[in-house]
Amino acid sequence: MDSQVFKRFIKNKATIGGSAILFLFLAMAVLGPVLCAYDPNRIDLTSVYQPPSAEHILGTDNLGRDTFSRLVIGARISLLVSFVGTIVGSFLGMILGVTAGYFGGKIDSVISRFVDLLLAFPGLLLAIVVVAILGNGIPNTMAAIAFYSIPYIARMVRGIVITLKDSEYVQACRVMGASDSRIIITHIIPNSMSQIIVNTTLNLGTAILTASSLSFLGLGVTPPNPEWGAMLSQGREVIRYFPLAAIVPGVAITLVVMSFSIVGDGLRDALDPKLKNN
Amino acid sequence: MLAYSIRRIFQLIPVLFVISLLVFLMMHIIPGDPVKNMLGLEASKEAIEAERERLGLNDPLPTQYFRFISGAMKGDLGRSIFTKKTITQEILQRYPYTVKLAVGGTLFATVVGVLIGITCAVRRGTVTDSSLVVVSLVAVSTPSFFLALMMMLIFALNLHWLPSIGLRTPMHYILPIATLGMQSVGLIARTTRSAMLDVLNQDYIRTSRSRGIPEKVIIYCHALKNAMIPVITVVGLRFGGLLAGSTLVETVFSIPGIGRYLVDGVLKRDFPVVQGTVLVLAFSFVVVNMIVDLLYAVVDPRIKYE
Repeated sequence: MDSQVFKRFIKNKATIGGSAILFLFLAMAVLGPVLCAYDPNRIDLTSVYQPPSAEHILGTDNLGRDTFSRLVIGARISLLVSFVGTIVGSFLGMILGVTAGYFGGKIDSVISRFVDLLLAFPGLLLAIVVVAILGNGIPNTMAAIAFYSIPYIARMVRGIVITLKDSEYVQACRVMGASDSRIIITHIIPNSMSQIIVNTTLNLGTAILTASSLSFLGLGVTPPNPEWGAMLSQGREVIRYFPLAAIVPGVAITLVVMSFSIVGDGLRDALDPKLKNN
Repeated sequence: MLAYSIRRIFQLIPVLFVISLLVFLMMHIIPGDPVKNMLGLEASKEAIEAERERLGLNDPLPTQYFRFISGAMKGDLGRSIFTKKTITQEILQRYPYTVKLAVGGTLFATVVGVLIGITCAVRRGTVTDSSLVVVSLVAVSTPSFFLALMMMLIFALNLHWLPSIGLRTPMHYILPIATLGMQSVGLIARTTRSAMLDVLNQDYIRTSRSRGIPEKVIIYCHALKNAMIPVITVVGLRFGGLLAGSTLVETVFSIPGIGRYLVDGVLKRDFPVVQGTVLVLAFSFVVVNMIVDLLYAVVDPRIKYE
């Protein structure tokens, strides 16, 4: 990020707020066990449904497990699943988009029809289908998120590459004898990168929502892993008597999704100020 | 327009055919034997082989696909491995719940989202604009299942204003529809705000103002119609999304819709059920998108389809 872009990025107060919240959750995920006073899976049936106290700052759940420790380790799982899934999906989408946009013709037709076909499935349905095929668990939830991200990135990158491949500097490279792979790697991809980063950031929020939705339905990360969606699903059963069990993971998901959305918008405005008024 | 509509409907046939092929193939690359799942670990090899033969799973894939597609065209999506009930019958019973939720959610989101979007655009830069933008952002970011639980906690369990589960009376629809629509409110509001700002800056609006036409007439009669094209796209896409997204709301409010049927099918690894429901949901999504495409010309007569 060059200094101009960085200055524009930090000028926006909302972006700073969103980045701060994200930083907090990322720090929580990275530091993980250091922050936890208890093992997140330690069952203590003598202290179930405890309200917040000095001992358990966010209380305990139905099995007496410390909610704060589960939230911290849950941040690790939720963010890891979303990051890995989205980045793998964006990478595969980028390869498909670049190939379709740069080579055009039959290759473009085949890839574009494939992407159209994936887009014919509403996002969550596609993720459910992938989990139905692969089964649940952390790696398969990542695969579902990746699969879900591919068509959106592929379509966007294809559009950018179609514009870039006819630009004068790419034609000049071609005249100088540069190979297709060299043009793609040293010119096309770096010039598409800013939009890919913005869209990947915006997709991260959607990925967290999708991953937690799958876990809430019992199709994603499964208990006893403290994934936020799975925690909310457990909290649902006691919503009448102990709403805190659902409120804590629910607020965490909302804050992280909102922060990714704010940071993504801020990045887009900083990288392309012309778009700001739109 | 009529010729275009007919052509568009015919173009749908190969798309639906490819979707059916994809759904069929996806269900056949699933690791594990559905018959073993069905009969349990105790089943003998002979029993498994006999059941596979009976279900036609030993036939070549093209034969199985032909049987699946010709059955689907006649409205026969097979039987559930576990309940043995016909899937078409189950879907026909459950589909109306999901459609009612999706239609209700879309109407709720459109009315509230467009009103918020217009207010933000007209009062751009004011506290009202900033507050409504924040509300929209929170609405987009809140997971629907969390919102559903919070609404249930507040309006059903604490205040006792509304029933919490099921869909027996019109009152039962309020919470699920509001929950389902809320996430789209933010998106529709943002799109309307941006489209209205574009339109309100155009010359014909300035001319209308200089002619002394009341502001309400300018906003609701002149500007809104031209700002509707991007909004219709978002509404259409959201409607299709809500058909699948209702799965979460159906789960929280214990509504026997098609989404819940799909999730139960996945959890029990009942592949014919998953195959049938995914096919119906994907078909619905594609058909809704086509209808949205055709609606453009109704809203904006400048659009001519060749």
